[in-house]
Amino acid sequence: MARQDIPLEQVSVGVTARKDNWWIKPLLVFLGFSTFIVYSTWAAFQNADYFFNGNGAQYLSPFYSPLLYGQADAHPVFGTEHPAWWPGWLPFSPALLILWAPGGFRFTCYYYRGAYYKSFWLDPPACAVGEPRKGYRGEQKLPLILQNIHRYFLYVALLFIVILTYDAVISFIFVNPDGTKSFGIGIGSFVITINVILLSGYTLGCHSFRHMVGGKLDCFSKNPVRAKSWECVTCLNSKHMTWAWFSLFWVGFTDLYVRLCAAGIWTDWRIL
Amino acid sequence: MSTVTLRIWRGTEDEGSFEEYSIERNPGMVVLDAVHKVQAEQAPDLACRWNCKAGKCGSCSAEINGMPKLMCMTRLDDLPEDKPIMVQPLKTFRTIKDLVTDVSWNYAVKKKIKPFKPRKPDAPDGTWRMKQVDVERVQEFRKCIECFLCQDVCHVLRDHEKYDEFIGPRFLIYTAGLEMNPLDTEDRISDLKKRDGIGYCNITKCCTVVCPEHIKITDNGIIPMKERVVDEFYDPLTRLFRIFKPSKKSKAEESS
Ligand code: SF4
Ligand code: SF4
Ligand code: FES
Ligand code: FES
Repeated sequence: MARQDIPLEQVSVGVTARKDNWWIKPLLVFLGFSTFIVYSTWAAFQNADYFFNGNGAQYLSPFYSPLLYGQADAHPVFGTEHPAWWPGWLPFSPALLILWAPGGFRFTCYYYRGAYYKSFWLDPPACAVGEPRKGYRGEQKLPLILQNIHRYFLYVALLFIVILTYDAVISFIFVNPDGTKSFGIGIGSFVITINVILLSGYTLGCHSFRHMVGGKLDCFSKNPVRAKSWECVTCLNSKHMTWAWFSLFWVGFTDLYVRLCAAGIWTDWRIL
Repeated sequence: MSTVTLRIWRGTEDEGSFEEYSIERNPGMVVLDAVHKVQAEQAPDLACRWNCKAGKCGSCSAEINGMPKLMCMTRLDDLPEDKPIMVQPLKTFRTIKDLVTDVSWNYAVKKKIKPFKPRKPDAPDGTWRMKQVDVERVQEFRKCIECFLCQDVCHVLRDHEKYDEFIGPRFLIYTAGLEMNPLDTEDRISDLKKRDGIGYCNITKCCTVVCPEHIKITDNGIIPMKERVVDEFYDPLTRLFRIFKPSKKSKAEESS
């Protein structure tokens, strides 16, 4: 039933009768995401200062974890030389081998999608505010139909949580001058542990995860374990946006912390 | 006693203009009171639809200062005092007169959705038994008062006018409520993808923002349905597993 008549008010981009400062939120989101993208891209290409072992600590930047190829003292999985197939025109960095996973996970996250469609693509710029383009394919057709791949990124993201938990545990183990290892606590141990907590809160509150653990069922009473899991994920999911922002900020900060310690600009205080 | 100025759309879809009315402001007044006062004192031919004045009938939907809202639930105290209050009809639907729009498209859409089809009754007297935990999730969607504010704000209808390809948030959660109902045996997932255009929703959540019943339309209704569509159409792994598991449809056929 197509609408025959012209609308009451033809809108074009930014046109609205709204009287509040509707543009502030999308602008802040735009600035927040842009800052993170610029910083993380820069950090990913550095291929240096991603591991701090100054005071016996073993802090690995989350942008470089798991470390597939890299400096020997950071215990790379495959070796110190970068892979032979790496294209010559592209500067090598081990971060580039792994960042597609968390990057893809966030890019296809339901929260982020909604947020960047608004802030970057103005589709719509804000609720009840006019848009720049008339044509619209949404996620119904290519290319955005590919966003439906999100659950596959989730599987990889869950694996990353295990790896980052391992890094957090290692951040409490310090190498003594005689080569033995002992339990210790540095400020960095907290930074790295908070990072994995925030990333877990974000990942385990994922909408696809919520669907997977129990959301797909209609009858909860027949599956009490899945019903309980669904409830727990729902609890995290209701604050998914908050988890998304805090974990985004903190993962960047964790890299910065390790980087500045490794570069000798910051000192990692040892508490124990 | 202070006054308040309203700038109200007067006219039809094709022609009309915003007219200004100043009225005396009473304590605790809502926009619907103000519109009624204009009607009573200055413009007896002003058309507006209302019924309950309690946010429960969904009749008094309009756009107040550019945002879709119920007139009876919007207090003047919550609006900026220094500027006139803009009151206009829902943009997404054809204006019949002044603040009254033709929302019949919504009823036509609702008719197309496959109705509730329960499994065989659990008891000989033709009734069913359900546990509270199984109905809780769908109860949220039953709070809907069909005010169509969510349909109005949704940019897929509002800006892109996909009336033929997209059923809008109200009917996505209506479908979700049926699909998640443990008694229901019908399968609407294919319709959601193909006919109802769930993929057009880009989860920007304006529907959730405006819903006066605070239904989490996007998070609890649309995204779970998108995930079910992924199960059915886009995820090769679940498709593979489904070979070994009967679908809802085939179970339904068995039970009937
Ligand atoms: S979340 Fe989807 S249905 Fe709701 S307003 Fe946005 S595009 Fe429309
Ligand atoms: S879902 Fe909310 S906004 Fe939409 S019609 Fe129902 S009550 Fe109104
Ligand atoms: S929906 Fe945000 S991570 Fe999956
Ligand atoms: S008059 Fe019933 S909802 Fe406003």
